[in-house]
Amino acid sequence: MAAVTAQTDWRPGADLRTLRLRAELLRRVRHFFERRDVLEVQTPALSRAATTDPHIHSMATAAGPGQPRFLHTSPELAMKRLLAAGVGDIYQVCPVFRCEESGALHNPEFSMLEYYRVGMDHHDLMRDVADLISAATAGWLRLGEPHFVPYGEAFSDHAGCDPFHDDAATIAAAIAARGVDIPDSIKTDGDALIDLAMATLVSPQLGRGRLSFVYDFPLQQAALARSRPGDPPVAERFEAFIDGLELANGFHELLDPVEQRRRFDADLERRRRLGLPQVAVDERFLAALEAGMPACAGVALGLDRLLMLIAGAKTLGEVLAFGWEKV
Amino acid sequence: MANYSTNEFRSGLKILMDGDPCTIVENEFVKPGKGQAFNRVKIRNLKTGRVVDKTFKSGESVEAADVLETEMQYLYEDGEFWHFMVADTFEQYAADAKAIGDSAKWLKEQDMCQVTLWNNAPILVAPPNFVVLEVTETDPGVRGDTAQGGVKPATLSTGAVVRVPLFLEIGDVIKVDTRSGEYVSRVKD
Repeated sequence: MAAVTAQTDWRPGADLRTLRLRAELLRRVRHFFERRDVLEVQTPALSRAATTDPHIHSMATAAGPGQPRFLHTSPELAMKRLLAAGVGDIYQVCPVFRCEESGALHNPEFSMLEYYRVGMDHHDLMRDVADLISAATAGWLRLGEPHFVPYGEAFSDHAGCDPFHDDAATIAAAIAARGVDIPDSIKTDGDALIDLAMATLVSPQLGRGRLSFVYDFPLQQAALARSRPGDPPVAERFEAFIDGLELANGFHELLDPVEQRRRFDADLERRRRLGLPQVAVDERFLAALEAGMPACAGVALGLDRLLMLIAGAKTLGEVLAFGWEKV
Repeated sequence: MANYSTNEFRSGLKILMDGDPCTIVENEFVKPGKGQAFNRVKIRNLKTGRVVDKTFKSGESVEAADVLETEMQYLYEDGEFWHFMVADTFEQYAADAKAIGDSAKWLKEQDMCQVTLWNNAPILVAPPNFVVLEVTETDPGVRGDTAQGGVKPATLSTGAVVRVPLFLEIGDVIKVDTRSGEYVSRVKD
């Protein structure tokens, strides 16, 4: 018998117990939505448009000569076209694809649960996500009561600075004082410093033994969320964490097509400055917003990460049939 | 000189940091959902042995270090340099006191060592995990004396001092774990 080498290691990364847990988790998720009358939908993984987000990189492929396509990084825009068509509450479980995201907690192909609830705002949806997690993990995870904290407060608690008002130098000093090395290339880049603090200081402290929601983000991180005027003005966006692991990201969805196009253009401008590829904006999505999308909130949840918590795994490779190193 | 992107980071990769050759001990990819990705890396400086935490913006590149770890036989010491030879090629290398560091006290002629070359010059010498050396100096043991946990210091032929059981005498040959500096067993001829 030939020796098993890295190239011929055909065996799965997940054990049988974990494969069964995944099947049961999917059953529970579908049951949850069925009881709430949320319709399961399926949208294409391939699209002419790629994401404009400068921090997310779409994988390119082609259906044939002259037919370039991108693998979706999220089914968000296609699902919003369904919402604009009047389909009502919807959910989808699908693989999504992101270049250059690989590590213990990242796999370039991962399983996303994306869902939209018409008439909800981000606060309603956070409670709905808490219900979903509770139903999906019953008997597997013992979690305390869900916890809700504004982004600014989580930041001052764990990173000792104010992401809404502090300048880059102040944020950098707070990060350095907490022992995190800062790359030279971002020392004066406030947005990147906030991302670094979030990833290394804030999120690891969130959701200790419970589900924690962080909400009301700085405007520069609005993505596709509504903004709300005030002091400071905020983006009506949230993220969910258990034991420091980021599980979900949700928005009180932006409905304004003019503002949406402005944000896409700002993304493209940022891409240009960073030397990243320019991409085609999804005009069909913008047309759907112009036609009118019902007020709603939506969220994307990383199912593989949730399964990690349920299975007590430390890496995604333990819960994926074949993780990135095995494909 | 070659470069490595953060995408290629893995433990054992040799890179140049602030002019010194280093090895990656641990690499962690972190990324807030919608933000900038980073690689948080533990890096060991191969000259000083110090381990530091560094953060890289994902996608950035660092210079590769021309570092090679080679098994070599220790030949002799001339007062200034320690001389080693690659067994297959008979190529010889001279390591200075800085490269030898604490390893000097374990080096016995003809033992095989792990020599780290940077730009073809030795910067680090690791002795074998286990060495067999003769006791050259130790107090006569007193049977039943357990005041010090039943051990006493013994000086070995290379100058190293290790704690050994009381029954050992001058002229005995012992096996020592160089990583911990601890006595393992007596070696009978």
